[in-house]
Order: sequence, then C-alpha cells, then structure tokens
Amino acid sequence: MATVMPAEAAPQARTPTDWQAPDMQRRIAARYRAERNFRFLGLAALLLAGAFLVFLLGTIVRDGWSGFQRTEVQVSVTFDPAVLGVDPAAARGPDGLTILRRADWVGLMLVSANRLGPAADAVSEAAWVRLRDAVIADPALLGQTRTIWVPATSNIDLLAKGKFDLDAPAESRGVSDEEVSDWRLLAQKGLIRTGLNTTFLMEADSTDPELAGIRGAAIGSLLTLLITISIAFPIGVLSAIYLEEFAPKNRWTDFIEVSINNLAAVPSIIFGLLGLALFLNVFNMPRSAPLVGGITLALMTLPVIVIAARVAIKAVPPSIRDAALGVGASPIQVVFQHVLPLALPGILTGTIIGMARALGETAPLLLVGMRAFVTDVPQGFADPATVLPVQVFLWSDDVQRGFIEKTSAAIIVLMLVLLLMNSLAIYLRNRFERRW
Amino acid sequence: MNNTATIGHNSPVKMTARGVNVFYGAKQAIKNVSLDVSREHVTAFIGPSGCGKSTFLRCLNRMNDTVENARVEGDIQLDGQDIYSPAMDVVQLRARVGMVFQKPNPFPKSIYENIAYGPRIHGLARTKAEFDVIVESALRKAGLWDEVKDRLGESGTAMSGGQQQRLCIARAIAVEPEVILMDEPCSALDPIATARIEELIDELRGRYAIVIVTHNMQQAARVSQRTAFFHLGTMVEYGETSAIFTNPKETRTKDYITGRYG
Repeated sequence: MATVMPAEAAPQARTPTDWQAPDMQRRIAARYRAERNFRFLGLAALLLAGAFLVFLLGTIVRDGWSGFQRTEVQVSVTFDPAVLGVDPAAARGPDGLTILRRADWVGLMLVSANRLGPAADAVSEAAWVRLRDAVIADPALLGQTRTIWVPATSNIDLLAKGKFDLDAPAESRGVSDEEVSDWRLLAQKGLIRTGLNTTFLMEADSTDPELAGIRGAAIGSLLTLLITISIAFPIGVLSAIYLEEFAPKNRWTDFIEVSINNLAAVPSIIFGLLGLALFLNVFNMPRSAPLVGGITLALMTLPVIVIAARVAIKAVPPSIRDAALGVGASPIQVVFQHVLPLALPGILTGTIIGMARALGETAPLLLVGMRAFVTDVPQGFADPATVLPVQVFLWSDDVQRGFIEKTSAAIIVLMLVLLLMNSLAIYLRNRFERRW
Repeated sequence: MNNTATIGHNSPVKMTARGVNVFYGAKQAIKNVSLDVSREHVTAFIGPSGCGKSTFLRCLNRMNDTVENARVEGDIQLDGQDIYSPAMDVVQLRARVGMVFQKPNPFPKSIYENIAYGPRIHGLARTKAEFDVIVESALRKAGLWDEVKDRLGESGTAMSGGQQQRLCIARAIAVEPEVILMDEPCSALDPIATARIEELIDELRGRYAIVIVTHNMQQAARVSQRTAFFHLGTMVEYGETSAIFTNPKETRTKDYITGRYG
C-alpha cells in the first residue's frame, strides 16, 4: 500500500473540536428545545392538576354552601294551656319541666300552622320542637301569643334557595305546584327568611333533610379518633424506639420490618374485616361504637406511625447519641432525653398525617357497624355513632333532594378539619425542625 | 517485637490494656494491643487512616458496645479494675472516662444545659447554685467562660466550631472524669481553633489522664508526652513522644513520621 490514510498514520492526533460547527450548533439548539418542552409539559401538568382541584372544590362549595343555611317560616303562636293540655299552675310547680315536656306540642303546632292558611304545609314536621324549647326556656310564655320562626320543609327551603328550575314541567322538576304557590304566598307576606343553619351544626342525623345535622357524626369522629390516637401513638412510638434503638439486627427484626411495611399497604377494608371478626364476634364489643371503630382504625394507623417514627428517630444524628453516652447517660436516658425530643416533630407530623387518613376512612367503619342511622349525638365511647365520611356516604345515598346540599356541606366540614390537621403537621415540621 | 509497652520512668499508670483484640464481625480491627495510659501525661495515638487507633480508643470507655457486631477480647483495666467485667457499670465507667468526639457534637440545647446535663444525670448537684458553680468552673477550665458567660442561655449549636469543641470538652470535664479520651478533636477545626484546643489540652494535663487520637503528627509532637504508633490494627511502637519522633526504633514508624506513607 502506497497511500496511507491520515487517520491511520496518526491515530492520536485528534482535530481540535470546532464548537461553532453546524453540527454542534444543532445539538445545542436541540438541548435548549428539549429543556423548553420539558418545562412546558411540567407547567401544563401543574395547571391541569390545579384545574381539577379548583373544579372539585368549586362544585363542592357551590353545592354545599347553602347547606349551612336554612329557611324558616314565621308563625304566630298562642301558647294556650288548653290546647297543650297542661295546667298552668302545675307547670310552674316543681314537676313543671316534666309536665311541659309531655304537653301536646304537635297539636299546638298544627293549630298555629293552620293560621298560615293554605301554606300550613310549609312548616316542617318537627317544627313543634321550637315551640317546646321556647316555653321550657321561658315558662312565662304560657297563655301569651308570640311570633316564632320555625323550620320550613325541605322543599320550601330549596325553593327559597333557588334550587329548583321552576320553568321545567311540574312532573320533572321535583316540586309540586302547591309547594311553589305556598312558597310564593309566604314570600309575598314576608313570612319567610333564610339564615344560618344551627340545626345542621348542632344536631345529629335525621330522615328529614331540614332536620339533619353534622354534629352527631363530628362527635363520632372525634371520639373514634381519640381512641385511635390513644392506642396507635404510644404503641407506635414505643415500637419504633425499640426497633431503632434497642432491637438486635437479625432475621427476626428484618421480618418485623418487612411486615410493618406490608401492613401499611394493606387495603383498609381488610382491617374492617379483622375488626368485625375479632372485636365484634369474638370479644362481643358493642356494635357501631366509636370504641370498636377507634381500635380498628388504630390497627390501620399503627404501621404508618411506626414507619414515620422510625424515620424521624433515624434522622437524629448518631453524634448526639455518642455525646450523651459519652457523659455517661444510660441508653434509656439517651432515648428519652435526647433522641425522642429531637425526633418528636417528625413523629408528630407522621402521626397527624396518619390521623388525617383515619379521619377520612370509611370502608373499615362500615364493617364494624358505624354506618348506623343515629339520631342522637353520641355521649360516650360505647354509644352508637357514625363518623363524618360515613355520614357523607349515607347522605349521598339518600333519595331526598334536600340531602344533596347536606352531603356537600358535610364534605366541606370534613375537608376543613383535614386542612386544619395538615396545617398543624406542616406548622410543627417547620417550627421544630432542626438542622445540624 | 515486644508488644507490651509500659510507660517506664515510674510514671503512675491510670489504665492498662493487655492483649486487646477487636473484631467487627469476622474482620479483626485490633490485633493484640497492650499498653499503659499514664495518669499525668497526654498519650497520643497516631497512625494512618484505618489503622485502628480510634477503635482502640473507643474500647477504653466501652463506646464500642454500641457498635453492632463489635467484639472486644483481652483485658483493659482502670485503676486495676477490669472495665469489661460484669461488675463494671458502663454508665459509671463513661462518667469516669469521658470522651470528646471528632466532630463537635453539643446537644441542641443551651450552653448551660450542655454542661449541666452530665452532673444532673449523675446527681452531682442539686440546687441551682451548685449547678451554677459546676457550669462556671467547667467553662473556665475549658477556657470558654469569658466568651460565653453573658449568653449561657443561647444554643450550644449556635457557636463557632472551635467554641463548640471546647464546649464539648467542658461538658466532659463537668462530670469530673479521671480520663478524657479525645478522638481527633481538631480535625474539623481551623488552625487558630486547633491551637486554642491544644493549649487547653496542655492546661488540662496532670489534672486528667488524657488520650488523644490524631492524624496530625505535629499535633502529637506538640501536645503529647507519650505516643503510640498504630498500623494495620497493631501497635507498632510506643514510647516517649520525643523518642518516637526523633529516634524511632521501628522502620514503619520512621517511614510514617517522615511522611513516606500515611
């Protein structure tokens, strides 16, 4: 071979890189393009997620806002002892309260409502409670005439809030012509008003939408979560401390660690089945009670707390443990005087997030009977109760139109509580977070 | 090679180690080390990284107990008492043999609380006045009092690195230990802070038996009177610092201190 390729002649001699070459410029342009596209995609994803969130919250607030309001009808009531069937003298006596409670309030309400003429049906069935409460609060009302605001029926309430499309044909609009004319009559006379729905905030569930309240479910949730946190927090934190600080590292602890991680991923309804089989069927604990619901949710929350607490404990630098051991602190003193205080913000954050999850949990509670229809606010841990998310579920299932706004209003309450809990978690994390 | 190094010169012995082996799992980190720690002198352990000097130091107050899989063989005595015997209470041992670590590690609490913590858990003081005396004297001994006396309530972690390390020394002093172990106490500090710590070590000499592990041969030469040279888990040579640095008997020691490796 006479001719030799230059590359073969000098394999080491590379031509200097030409940073201005068109090839190079193209690569640079492609790199910028890729980055621009990626940023655009990220922003688009964020906007889409934001739009979904706004849509979700927007519809809930739009539907639920009116749930916090209720319509009342003004009736003129003569507290006639004869109609009530009570002796005024006895009503002022020592047994007055009992006598007043047994009086014929329903009859008095009927008489009073009839004064509204054709619109008598606009008054809720349970309106008599207002009359009773007024007299019990002030027995001097007996024999006098007063104007009292009483709750309207659900359809009048919805009419006043403009929830019906009155241009639609009578058979498909969900409200009868009589009710529409009752409402128009009352509105004309100025006997109707819409204000804050104290019933919704202060009462428990009811079959009538205008009488249904969220308080029963809210107290049920509170009692349930009290049980949950008082079981899951100490057990979870102590387990985490033992596993992190004291347990020997061997196959058993590895197995326990894997099991805890698996438990955290078990569908919550499985815990409900466990609660049903164990607490109700074996231990015969009361059905529908916050006690059982709380224990079931504690089992579900436990792995979450253990994992969060272990991460928080692991994040405490070993140098702090060395320092404490070095001045002669015992292992228990190291843990409780140094590691735990430093890990506490992280543990609390994890616990609150676990509690928020438990607060929003429905499935396991359905299985231990907490979907019961309970018209009383629960007074103790063994009383029948329901919880906020189950209440949402029950109302969303109801055929009566008045429950639509109650469902959304209950969701608003639930979400406000969740927002509060998560804000507390973030606050604790920022407030007590330490840097080493 | 004579592996048992004694101090000689009639120097009173505070701690003795005889035939110490340390294993991490199957790996042997310390091989048959025997030496005496003088009550009145500063003893330095020098050697290249991974030679086992820190491991051996941590045997002297049983800090290796906390290390998973660590196993210590041999005999280590404090004032003639076997520190690995079941009769020895490890918490009390660590109060008697205090430790200062490589990285300053004050508790994330106030300066006052950093010092008062040790005396409190050992019940060395009861009243606020008694604690005040302990805190002031410990901070004075550590040469920190004038710098911090007006801000004892501030966090110990808010100080400079050198101050933090002196706070850690003060914390160790506060429980009135008999021995202070220092594991490369200046490796995270600048030269000025290092000089300050070295002065402090010199001031504390005689009051406490001091053992210092250092990477820095000049530091060993400056602060110590006895030096042990470790290499690959064995103690190669032990003797008076001046002798080790000017007239080492072993070639490995000589090669190390002249900078041929390490």
